[in-house]
Amino acid sequence: MSVNQNTQTERRLIFLLLFIAVLVPLIFPIGWKTEVSPHAKMAYDMIDSKPEGSVAILSFDYEPSTMTELQPMATAIIEHAWSKGHKIIATALWPQGPQVADLAFKEMAAKFPDKVYGEDYVNLGYKPGGMVTIQAMGKSLKDVYPLDINGKKYDDLPIFKNIRALRDVTYAASLSSGVPGIKEWIMVAHDVHSVPVTGGTTAVSAPGFLPYINNQNQLYGLLGGLKAASEYEIMIGTVGPATVKMDAQSIAHLLILIFILVGNIKAWRIRHKPKQQAGTE
Amino acid sequence: MAEFMQVFGIWLGAFFTFCIYSFLYKDNPFYKFGEQVFVGLSAGYWLIVIIYDTLIPNLFTKLIFDFNNNVILLIPAALGVMMLMRVIPKAQWVSRYPIAIIVGTTAAISMLRFLKSDLMHQVSATMINPFALPSLTEKIGSILLIIGTICGVYFFYFSKKQEGVYAVPSKIGIWFLMISFGASFGYTVMARISLLIGRLEFLLRDWLHIIN
Amino acid sequence: MKKNIPLLFAFVVGIIVLASEFIPHRPFNSITETLQNWFMIISGFAILLGQISLVRVNVSKIRNRSRDWQFYLACLISFALMVIIGLLWGKQEARGILGQGAAITANLGSKPFDYLFDNVYIHLSATMFSLLAFFIASAAYRAFIIRSFESNLLMITGVIVILGRTSMGSMLTGWLPARLHFLHLPVLTDFIMQYPNSAAQRAIMISAALGILGSSLRIILGIERSYLGSDK
Repeated sequence: MSVNQNTQTERRLIFLLLFIAVLVPLIFPIGWKTEVSPHAKMAYDMIDSKPEGSVAILSFDYEPSTMTELQPMATAIIEHAWSKGHKIIATALWPQGPQVADLAFKEMAAKFPDKVYGEDYVNLGYKPGGMVTIQAMGKSLKDVYPLDINGKKYDDLPIFKNIRALRDVTYAASLSSGVPGIKEWIMVAHDVHSVPVTGGTTAVSAPGFLPYINNQNQLYGLLGGLKAASEYEIMIGTVGPATVKMDAQSIAHLLILIFILVGNIKAWRIRHKPKQQAGTE
Repeated sequence: MAEFMQVFGIWLGAFFTFCIYSFLYKDNPFYKFGEQVFVGLSAGYWLIVIIYDTLIPNLFTKLIFDFNNNVILLIPAALGVMMLMRVIPKAQWVSRYPIAIIVGTTAAISMLRFLKSDLMHQVSATMINPFALPSLTEKIGSILLIIGTICGVYFFYFSKKQEGVYAVPSKIGIWFLMISFGASFGYTVMARISLLIGRLEFLLRDWLHIIN
Repeated sequence: MKKNIPLLFAFVVGIIVLASEFIPHRPFNSITETLQNWFMIISGFAILLGQISLVRVNVSKIRNRSRDWQFYLACLISFALMVIIGLLWGKQEARGILGQGAAITANLGSKPFDYLFDNVYIHLSATMFSLLAFFIASAAYRAFIIRSFESNLLMITGVIVILGRTSMGSMLTGWLPARLHFLHLPVLTDFIMQYPNSAAQRAIMISAALGILGSSLRIILGIERSYLGSDK
């Protein structure tokens, strides 16, 4: 049981303060600069090092609830990959994945009007099964995805000219907000088929994936949360949706620290109250 | 008309956003309504996606347009229908066959993948020579990495009664776990705040047009 | 008998999949490949089963006039709406029973299914999860209290990471001289994440992997059979 039994009023006050702390910097941005972390740089470098014409799998393993964190990563990775002349195969281990992939492609297609569906990118849709499905992609992509989300046949899509199975793609990037997601891609795409894997996760799950960044190269860097998305935007030289939110993020973090401090002072006072009373008696 | 519907859509989004946020004051009918609409739409969405993205391309199209080469797919189709028998109490036992195949396959694949990725590769990644690394930070970090991993596993798995000298690695393991949980808390705060920022951005930009 | 044959099924498919890893030749690899493709289709039906259960539960609540039954009706209506418009006009570029629905799409700006997804589903889903921001703020105030050495470690790390993973963190300690660069909050955060955090997470990972190996073996060998349900 917690020491601080905050009242309903305290709770509502906390909610209100947090609301204001996020709202104000969104309306009046401060413009604090973000530093690039080594793990975000590692992810960027891996994609950047691949030659023009490389074919990548970008797996949309998340749903709208975590779009704020993961969608900026998706658009930044697409922008980076397209600017390097890479082709993108979008897959999804979550049912809402194809739809969020569509939104990301629509946004980026406005910046890259020369990119053609079927040649430079394709959306293959959702398949259930998680790890087993990726394992099946290792044998044949066509068996898993006989049609794309528009009903076009695998063999009719030029992007798949030299792609038969997972091992034929240059790299895989998964944006994941849970299971199945990046873990399954590491386990199968990298550890079985030696395809380099990178990607991004929600900040909540990021600490759990860091052991995969090791001398076995199971994972090439990791974008953890909105901050990492903003770092990626900095690296590709764009002020994107993640960067503009960082001020609000900072102020809200500061407020949370104030809550922790006030909570501790309150707890300390409660703990020492009986002692003081006993001393005076 | 399309323009009107676009604006209407944004208002609809704002309405449901407030329905859910009303829970912060207290549980109320607006929240309950929003919650149940979310559950219903979510389930409906899954159903449609499964039909269009999986059952049509991987089963129905193959069976309808190329039956002779795909006749074997009648087996998973039959197993799928057997799975649905779960809803009929008297025929529930029929669903055990597809469940057994699913569970057996998953268990075997998980066993192989976790053995390689989460056990063997992780152990290999811990067997490093810290003194061969170039910088002092990496040397210290890697020593911490080795000690932390060994003590953590010791804490979880060593079954001897942990007292006296045997309790020391366990204690160190707990310290590392506490540091990790603290870091996870920090990251959790970051994640949750990001989601709130996303919602307020929608209200301020798309709904109220206060920000660009 | 109703349980033993399914257990045998689980054993056989488990052994075949395991064998195909070490003997990647016919017939093991082709059987495993076939099983993996079947897996997707059966999983699809499993999701259908979930939807059927949801409808049944809601219908029974409405029939029995349970507390708040009106809201369960709203749930069923939204479910039916999503399914009907999805079936009639399809989603994204996929055509439905009535084709692409050009007229209705022109009026709405997108297909009805996509319209509901973009304007209702996305907002409900995102808002529902963003509620957690408020609760974590409340939890930070209530439960993040110094009590012992271990809780101090948790708190100090939490505070460093909360500061270090923002642009404000870089600004706060950006003035530090080069020899104290390791105390720069983003650098300190990266160090914590890369080494002590990774050590603990790796320990969890290794221990969990051992657990999964054990439970998978129990399933394949038929020792663990709770997934088959009761004997009825």
